[in-house]
Amino acid sequence: MNVDAGDANIITVTDLVKNYNGFTAVDSISFTVERGEIFAFLGPNGAGKSTTISMLTTLQEPTSGRITVNGNDPTRKKDAVRKSFGIVFQDPSLDDDLTAMENMRYHAVLYKVSGDIRNARIEELLKFVELWERRNSIVKTFSGGMKRRLEIARGLLHHPKILFLDEPTLGLDPQTRNHIWSYIKDINEKENMTVFFTTHYMDEAERIAERIAIIDHGKIIATGSAGNLINKTKTASLEDAFIALTGSAIREQEAGNLDQLRARGRMWRMHR
Amino acid sequence: MSTVYILWLRQVKKYFRARSRIIGALGQPLLFLLAFGFGFGQVFREAGQGDYLQFLGPGIIMMSVLFTGIFSGIDLIWDRQFGFLKETMVAPVPRWQIMLGKTLGGATVASFQGLVVFILALIVGFRFHDPWMLPVATVFVALVAVTFTSLGVAVASRIEDMQGFQLIMNFLVMPIFFLSGALFPLQGLPAVMEVVTRIDPLTYGIDGLRGALINTSTFGIATDLAIMLFLAVALLGIGSYLFERIQA
Repeated sequence: MNVDAGDANIITVTDLVKNYNGFTAVDSISFTVERGEIFAFLGPNGAGKSTTISMLTTLQEPTSGRITVNGNDPTRKKDAVRKSFGIVFQDPSLDDDLTAMENMRYHAVLYKVSGDIRNARIEELLKFVELWERRNSIVKTFSGGMKRRLEIARGLLHHPKILFLDEPTLGLDPQTRNHIWSYIKDINEKENMTVFFTTHYMDEAERIAERIAIIDHGKIIATGSAGNLINKTKTASLEDAFIALTGSAIREQEAGNLDQLRARGRMWRMHR
Repeated sequence: MSTVYILWLRQVKKYFRARSRIIGALGQPLLFLLAFGFGFGQVFREAGQGDYLQFLGPGIIMMSVLFTGIFSGIDLIWDRQFGFLKETMVAPVPRWQIMLGKTLGGATVASFQGLVVFILALIVGFRFHDPWMLPVATVFVALVAVTFTSLGVAVASRIEDMQGFQLIMNFLVMPIFFLSGALFPLQGLPAVMEVVTRIDPLTYGIDGLRGALINTSTFGIATDLAIMLFLAVALLGIGSYLFERIQA
């Protein structure tokens, strides 16, 4: 363990900047997340939410600024930081050709969860997300909601201190969304695990998060509880508060790119 | 070591689950063996070069090792685009172990494909000269498999998506195959071809395999072995260097 582990803040970010060839995706943001807290990044598409998560989780190097995750700097002590968190990415990151069980085992080996503990933990988690009966099915046959549940179970396998969730409920129906949040709140309470999630669903941020940071154009424009933000902007709901803070201009989305790629992927597989 | 093993296992499992792909990948070598082996057989014999099917066998075995190896490596692009690589990249394990596991898995699959084509060649009429030389043949197949799977990983680490795929096919994979002496003897070539065939890494793999299976080789088995060993290690190194630099 390290000296900072007893710190009340599990994540500390100071003046964090990320530039991509002249474009500033994250523009000097600072925030802290308390140990055991459920914290949300709320913002429109392209606001810099995923980029921030990438930097917190060692996948990208910041252009400048300082980050501490569970007492360690993700640019220097990569492995110490990597051991401390679990993550559910925005895009699915399961191996579709393997079974649920095999995906879990793969993760267990990479995180050095071994032997009897491994099997017991996998069983516990798969039962928890209600996929134990389907453990030997190939993931390809799962629905979007089932895949998400499996990813959450996988992210929890090595007892992380923090769970990062990047738009975890995107494209899921309301029932499945509720289901998923009930697991996460459950774990948060039982194991005092910190949860850091991004979303652009207002109701989710309002219902689930204890504290919300509203991010737009790479900058944090407000932080506080939902009630707090509503009071500050003298509006009636979080949605109105959000619009009041970020304006009502529609954001350009980079569409089509991934779809094209998926189509080429199918072609490629057919030709092999 | 467990990291290398689980990545190896994943690659092998995925291969054996796609049975239609294994069978599909046998069509091309079979066609080459039949069309070239029997089509050019007469001409080859009249030119005093002996039995063409015997000559062609090792070349076609290595062709399928080359193709399967490169494609197993390039598969990395899909892991990158469809997110699975991210799961691996945030894990607290050294990147070189990930690359090594993936490459050894791809190379195992490519070697197995080589074995299947070898059996196919036997059915069509290919004969090897000495069963004691089969282990040596296996070593050559494994080295070629590692070399080209690493090359696939190296290429996939540098390109973002499949748009470059045709380019790789036409300017890398096809030349490596056609300029390797898989289809023709290396002696008496025009000066330019003489140079080009000797730059091609696959040339030494095929020459070595011919030495082991039909007891004819241009450079000698020891030379072929030394060169292939060097190439396999060098490409493993280049592959892991480029893999370490992927920003997911």
